[in-house]
Amino acid sequence: MSASALPTSVDGMLELLTSRGYLAERSLATVTYLSLRMGRPLFLEGEAGVGKTEIAKVLSAALGRKLIRLQCYEGLDVASAVYEWSSAAQMIAIRLAEAAGDTDRDQLSSDIFAERFLIKRPLLQALEPDVAGAPVLLIDELDRADEAFEAYLLEILSDFQVTIPEFGTIKAPQPPIVIITSNRTREIHDALKRRCLYHWVDYPEAERELAIVKSRVPDISAKLSQQVVRFVQALRDQDFYKSPGVAETIDWATALTELDARSLTPQLVGDTLGALLKYQDDIARMQGDTLQKVLKDATSEN
Amino acid sequence: MTTIDHLNPPTGHMADNVVGFARALRAAGIPVGPGAVIDALNALQVVEIGNRADVYATLEAIFVKRHEHMLIFAQAFDLFFRAAEDWKHMLDSVPLPDHARKKPPPASRRVQEALAQPSMRDEEQQVQEQELRLSVSDKEILQKKDFAQMSAAEIAEVTRAIANMKLPQAELRTRRYRPDAKGLKLDMRRTLRSSLRTGGEIIDIRKLGRIEKPAPIVALLDISGSMSEYTRLFLHFLHAITDARKRVSVFLFGTRLTNVTRALRARDPDEALASCSSSVEDWAGGTRIATSLHSFNKLWGRRVLGQGAIVLLISDGLEREADDKLAFEMDRLHRSCRRLIWLNPLLRYSGFEAKAQGIKMMLPHVDEFRPVHNLTSMEGLIEALSAPPPPHHRSLIRSAA
Repeated sequence: MSASALPTSVDGMLELLTSRGYLAERSLATVTYLSLRMGRPLFLEGEAGVGKTEIAKVLSAALGRKLIRLQCYEGLDVASAVYEWSSAAQMIAIRLAEAAGDTDRDQLSSDIFAERFLIKRPLLQALEPDVAGAPVLLIDELDRADEAFEAYLLEILSDFQVTIPEFGTIKAPQPPIVIITSNRTREIHDALKRRCLYHWVDYPEAERELAIVKSRVPDISAKLSQQVVRFVQALRDQDFYKSPGVAETIDWATALTELDARSLTPQLVGDTLGALLKYQDDIARMQGDTLQKVLKDATSEN
Repeated sequence: MTTIDHLNPPTGHMADNVVGFARALRAAGIPVGPGAVIDALNALQVVEIGNRADVYATLEAIFVKRHEHMLIFAQAFDLFFRAAEDWKHMLDSVPLPDHARKKPPPASRRVQEALAQPSMRDEEQQVQEQELRLSVSDKEILQKKDFAQMSAAEIAEVTRAIANMKLPQAELRTRRYRPDAKGLKLDMRRTLRSSLRTGGEIIDIRKLGRIEKPAPIVALLDISGSMSEYTRLFLHFLHAITDARKRVSVFLFGTRLTNVTRALRARDPDEALASCSSSVEDWAGGTRIATSLHSFNKLWGRRVLGQGAIVLLISDGLEREADDKLAFEMDRLHRSCRRLIWLNPLLRYSGFEAKAQGIKMMLPHVDEFRPVHNLTSMEGLIEALSAPPPPHHRSLIRSAA
């Protein structure tokens, strides 16, 4: 992992991402570039599997920064997101002090609330100085956490410091590169979005998706990759409850390659549809005539 | 103007006028206490009475404490001080709503009525004697209805009734903890900190308990022609609960689905309803419940039903084109929320039977099926939200079907 300088233009950003196999839309590269230049968090929203999380991984690898990931879930609190005290170690320290005959209370309290008893969670880790430069902080699926956590996050993102009552304030010497993703299972508050640069990550158009499949599944034949992408694009035009994302396309292409497929057949598609569609209703709709029609369009030679 | 005497506010015309104005504001729905009136009188001695703008700014600074009251205040001020030189006949100079030629802006009618009331001493009594009248609106398709023409009596009645209703209490246990002596979880951090006072000896154990929060509510409100009698009332109700609870989303559907959550938030009800009606294109058109539910499921379901939401479906279920699609979408909605409560105004007829095809399609997929109409309807709504589901609601559905 080699640390490299921040790109100095949108084209530089595009190149940087492409060099790591992330084929981004120009708009996404622009907003990413701006967020680095302006030091503002990047807020990515979009359907599942369109490459929101991926961009954080690629950025950290390309810039040679540490990636710190905070996966959100309901009930995420300060103890699991920022820091907590190691009670067990503190109790041992208290007993040891007793055994040694130390009875100075003030000394004791300053001893057991020292940094070595502090368990640092992702948000606090992201504020620590790093030789390679400020880390990339990925706050994944923020919509799963509750509003209270969002409010807390707002505070951290505004001044990049955490105050621990027993210990003091920890401030980042250099703010981390923050990327927040959301699958929109609830609306994120305006206050938080206002601090960020917002981008809706959409499904890629056919040409870009083909390039992605080819770069991610190098073993795939040219003919099959074209058919796969056409088929998936056609599925997205249908009114499904959950359209397949890019991740699903890559999965499916990988699966077909594993099965040594050369070209799509109804049998093959029927057997592997579970890699693309994840709802029974959607799979049921893709039977018989509908499947035949989409398949015919995808495999026609033009 | 001479020096200010804070203990002896001025009397005479100005005092009468300010007191009258404060009453008018109160009647129009802005809470103004006697303390504010005294403040206003004191303040008016500091500014130039002759300058209308200064008087306006002064009174506004004192009487208006919430952003949503600004509009009402502006209209009340205009009406009240319209004839600034003729302050004695102020009350008589206010035109009654019947005389209004052109359509007054939202909230105007309330303000006018508030000003035109001959005596405001027993306004609350008057309001209590008033029966709520529902105005049946004409079936106007694709026409912007003006909600703001709700009379002061109706507003007062509805708001009072809503204020008296007990909104549902916290019922969902979240995964977040707070200090709680009766809690079940050990709070090691606070326990240790308190033990330091006793030289590291743990004497009192601190506990944590779960925080409880009310479940989010998602209301889907049918605004087709057959529902027009109730629409306004329900919107008022929803506006009230949107104020009281944080997580309420409101959607209107006729032939199309519209999200009006933001329009309903943090505003005077008149304003809220006006902005709703401006954002909705198909007031009192036909219904296509299946299509609307489909777009809700597709575009909004995942975004607003995520935290164990209760869905209120307020519709008469009269669907012309009932087919399997309706059942399918109802089923999907039912499976993606915590509780689906269907409130149906047609249920108020004791002989009502679910004969319409649409209703038959929808019934198997709801947890509760309740009648709604007028004020009682809202109490029913409140019950629906706060009471546990009745044990035999399934049998009710079967008998209705």
